[in-house]
Amino acid sequence: MGGVQMGSGRDIAAILIVSALLMLLAPLVIGTYTLTLLVIYGMLALSLGLIWGFGGILCFGQAAFFGLGAYTYAIAAINIGESTLPMILAVLVPAGFALLLGAMMFYGRLTDVYLGVITLVVTLILFRFINSTAGPQYTIGTARLGGYNGIPGFQTLNVPGDPDAYIWGDAYFYVCAVALVLVALLVTWLLRSSFGRIALGIRENETRASLMGYDVAARKTVLFAIGAGIAGLAGALFANWAEIVTPALFSLGQSAEIIIWCIVGGLGTRFGPVLGAAGLAYLKFLLGQQSVLDNTLIMGAVLVIFVLFLPRGLVPAIAALWQRATRGRGRRAASLARRRRAEVPYG
Amino acid sequence: MAEIVLETRGLTKRFGGVTASDNVDFTLRARELRCLIGPNGAGKSTFFKCVTGLHTPTTGEVYMRGQDTTGWAPHQIASLGVGIKTQVPSVMDALSVQENIWLAARRFMPVAEANRRTRDMIERLRLGALARRDLGQLAHGERQRVELGMVAVADPWLVLLDEPAAGMSAEDVERMTEILHELNQTTAIVIVEHDMQFIRAIASTVTVFHQGRVLMEDQVDKVMADATVRNVYLGKAA
Ligand SMILES: Nc1ncnc2c1ncn2[C@@H]1O[C@H](COP(=O)(O)OP(=O)(O)OP(=O)(O)O)[C@@H](O)[C@H]1O
Ligand SMILES: [Mg+2]
Repeated sequence: MGGVQMGSGRDIAAILIVSALLMLLAPLVIGTYTLTLLVIYGMLALSLGLIWGFGGILCFGQAAFFGLGAYTYAIAAINIGESTLPMILAVLVPAGFALLLGAMMFYGRLTDVYLGVITLVVTLILFRFINSTAGPQYTIGTARLGGYNGIPGFQTLNVPGDPDAYIWGDAYFYVCAVALVLVALLVTWLLRSSFGRIALGIRENETRASLMGYDVAARKTVLFAIGAGIAGLAGALFANWAEIVTPALFSLGQSAEIIIWCIVGGLGTRFGPVLGAAGLAYLKFLLGQQSVLDNTLIMGAVLVIFVLFLPRGLVPAIAALWQRATRGRGRRAASLARRRRAEVPYG
Repeated sequence: MAEIVLETRGLTKRFGGVTASDNVDFTLRARELRCLIGPNGAGKSTFFKCVTGLHTPTTGEVYMRGQDTTGWAPHQIASLGVGIKTQVPSVMDALSVQENIWLAARRFMPVAEANRRTRDMIERLRLGALARRDLGQLAHGERQRVELGMVAVADPWLVLLDEPAAGMSAEDVERMTEILHELNQTTAIVIVEHDMQFIRAIASTVTVFHQGRVLMEDQVDKVMADATVRNVYLGKAA
């Protein structure tokens, strides 16, 4: 990544400085309400970017974990009141669900195509199921599932331990932004750890990894669950932002969008998916304010343009440019050093 | 006599009507070096895959150090301390030489030791100049050498190699022979090989496969002199 090693001190310092600058400057240009959504989508994209870009697991149903996180939060918040435990559950429930689903898929040795189909079908089933729970008999504790109407009116995020101290507006933006930075650091640490390096090896060659003695199915299942936990956290943050959860969260359209964010931003990078999500979501927001051009048409055009001209995505393209610029300098420095060394007499 | 590290009893593998491996009884002792030869389609790779868990045998059993490993997954067998190289080179192309070897080492030891072993192995393979290159950029012989390093780095007690010398230059083969001999001080090795020159060079006991069955098992020179073997194998290869 641009010559700086992932997870090194410089890399982490760069993450912290850039995100601090963005947190300071972005609100001057875009309202924090919109920005919050961009940050949440960034986290959602990062969750898929992790498992797909670094684990080789293409999941067509990342929205299922996003929706599951949002619904878990809403239902738990209604039942519990204080928001801390619901936030934790919103990470654990999707992660646990993914652990079961992943174990089934990876121990069943499904090929990539079937993996895509199953994750897609699971998303559809969840969508259909939630949609059909409008009747009063569908309740969990004191929370009504509400079917296509969704669940409104739950306790939103509060200062831990103080249910009356709501976190909203600008403060909520900063909470979400810091959460994204923490998740990005967690992902960086994970990729730098043995677990992450082995995951990359599995992405590259599953057979080789298993001949080395690695339990590929177990490792993919765990990575899949971590991705789902992050998507669930994004879902809970979304629920707090929208103050309502609806079945649309589980929609295939939402799943497709996450995949497009990752492709446009750049797979196999940490920041590509985040950038792709924020950029495209903002573009969609701007397009939503006019009616001359059709929204989906433009999104489709953007995807086609990227697939044709920048197939590896935005961030790898920028990184390649940067590398070319700095390598030119590096080569000059190296040849200079060589000349100097040649001038030093031996002995 | 040394401990038996690998044994198969009546190992049979059928693909539809084809019996690729037919009732094979095979015994290998600790620190033994054994070559498996035979014409194309003799069932060498099939036998190899049944032993390494890449195939499940139709009937028969596999034992490693006395443990029944029939039907185990490859990662379970590798985890016992068995190093495996398949006939088709299998490496991680987008990762560096160092990372490929490190991943193999890390499975069996903590990070610091894996780092050290990886450095040592790269030096032993004389790959120092290429350590940071991605495997995808290397020549065929270099990739084979890296794969051998991946097998050897974790100190296996049994090494199974399917055609490790295929497509290598004479110089590469010589270096590999050296490494194999070194490795053989501590581990038992099974090598599937076509190259007679190479088999003579490592001078070992040879098991000849023919139509899925074991045709003969003896010292390399005796096998080469045998009329039946010449007929089925050398006759065709010449
Ligand atoms: N997956 C498979 N499905 C069907 N038939 C197979 C399969 N693998 C091998 N065979 C058949 O089994 C027989 C033995 O093949 P095998 O690959 O074990 O031979 P080999 O001795 O390794 O040959 P080579 O020297 O060419 O590598 C051949 O007739 C082959 O066509
Ligand atoms: Mg073969």
